[in-house]
Amino acid sequence: MHLAITTEEAVAMIPDGARVMLSGFMGVGTPDGLVRALAAAGKKDLTMIVNDAARPDTGVGPLVSAGCVRKFIGSHIGVNPVLQEKMHAGEIEVELVPQGTLVERIRAAGMGLGGVLTPTGLGTLVAEGKPTVEVEGKTYLLEPPLRADFALIAARSCDYVGNLTYMLSATNFNPIMALAGEVVIAEPEEIVPVGVIPPDAVKTPGVLVDHVIKRAA
Amino acid sequence: MKDIQIMDPREIIARRVSLEIRPKMLVNLGIGIPTLVSDHLDESMGVFFQSENGVVGLGHRPPEGMTDRHLTDAGGSFTSAVPGASIIDSAFSFGLIRGGHLDLTVLGGLQVDAQGHLANWMIPGVFVPGMGGAMDLVTGARKVIVAMIHSTKGKSKIVQECNLPVTSQRRVDLIVTEKAVIQPRDDGLHLLETGPGISVAEVEADTEAQLIIEGDIPEMDLSRTT
Repeated sequence: MHLAITTEEAVAMIPDGARVMLSGFMGVGTPDGLVRALAAAGKKDLTMIVNDAARPDTGVGPLVSAGCVRKFIGSHIGVNPVLQEKMHAGEIEVELVPQGTLVERIRAAGMGLGGVLTPTGLGTLVAEGKPTVEVEGKTYLLEPPLRADFALIAARSCDYVGNLTYMLSATNFNPIMALAGEVVIAEPEEIVPVGVIPPDAVKTPGVLVDHVIKRAA
Repeated sequence: MKDIQIMDPREIIARRVSLEIRPKMLVNLGIGIPTLVSDHLDESMGVFFQSENGVVGLGHRPPEGMTDRHLTDAGGSFTSAVPGASIIDSAFSFGLIRGGHLDLTVLGGLQVDAQGHLANWMIPGVFVPGMGGAMDLVTGARKVIVAMIHSTKGKSKIVQECNLPVTSQRRVDLIVTEKAVIQPRDDGLHLLETGPGISVAEVEADTEAQLIIEGDIPEMDLSRTT
């Protein structure tokens, strides 16, 4: 399939029950077009790996509200009452992960590491049932890699070979998740000719990007 | 910088915390009272404020109509960036936090106990917002200050032992409320200062945890600058 596809083609690729990484921080840096289209398509039983549950109408919110999500893996759910309700009703399973651990678990998957050793979470509920490892006299929690079938990325610019840049704080999880999805789909704000993005300004090399959402003609 | 005539409890706390900040520090401010701290600092100090979402050098909210959703703080609110600011991804941002590069974090709290353990991320059965970046911040920052109102609904938030799930096993460095400055040490909680117009007896009466009181305890001096 071509690098450039429509939102509808992207949505058709993602089956019910898929594990999906969704970038963004309180909805900033989230590919909103893909989220809306997945919600409209009525996807079921998705596992969403995303920093936060944002609000009902931002970030992963529309997918939660539309009943598409079976499991949520992220660090913060405090300002999405819809997710809170569904969690208490048993409709959505929630795995809370400290934010720094979440991004490192994703990075570990994308970079071929067998996990990360972090002091974060030791002595808290987060450590329950997890192995600890001692290195040079200090104790760390062993956190496993976190993989996904798809990574949905929001970019600022994309060139014809899929090189990506991000804008300001909309960067957040994007470059990390772009390493960790089996299939990486980017939704850029603009598409530019090769060469417009200087090689050392590329944040995600196009070789990592499987598909790019076409701009409306 | 704000005028020193401060009566509001939240501003007393913010002002007192600001006195802990030294020039050129890299500082992370949590949501709520901690956010107010930056108002009490002179910009010439060259302090950089970091947010979990990757801004190093947060500025004030932009002028009306100039906000952009690609530049927000850790609460998702519009922000600006100061001259010299940089933007990093989330992995790098938490590398700064955990890696010993963050000089100070100021967070709100639900409870702090006699061992200096902070609980601030969930109330089981009532509200579970999640820890966000708090566990990494409390575990990794070089210095941790808890900035919070002393009591909630008449109940002391400084307790002998947290009955809420703790955020980290790390002992926080300082607790600042509108009534007291308290330093957790190996032997317990030392009362260092009282709030404006508050007596030592009042602090003791309003604090569930046992306080260690040595010598004369001064009142917070909110007129001084760092």
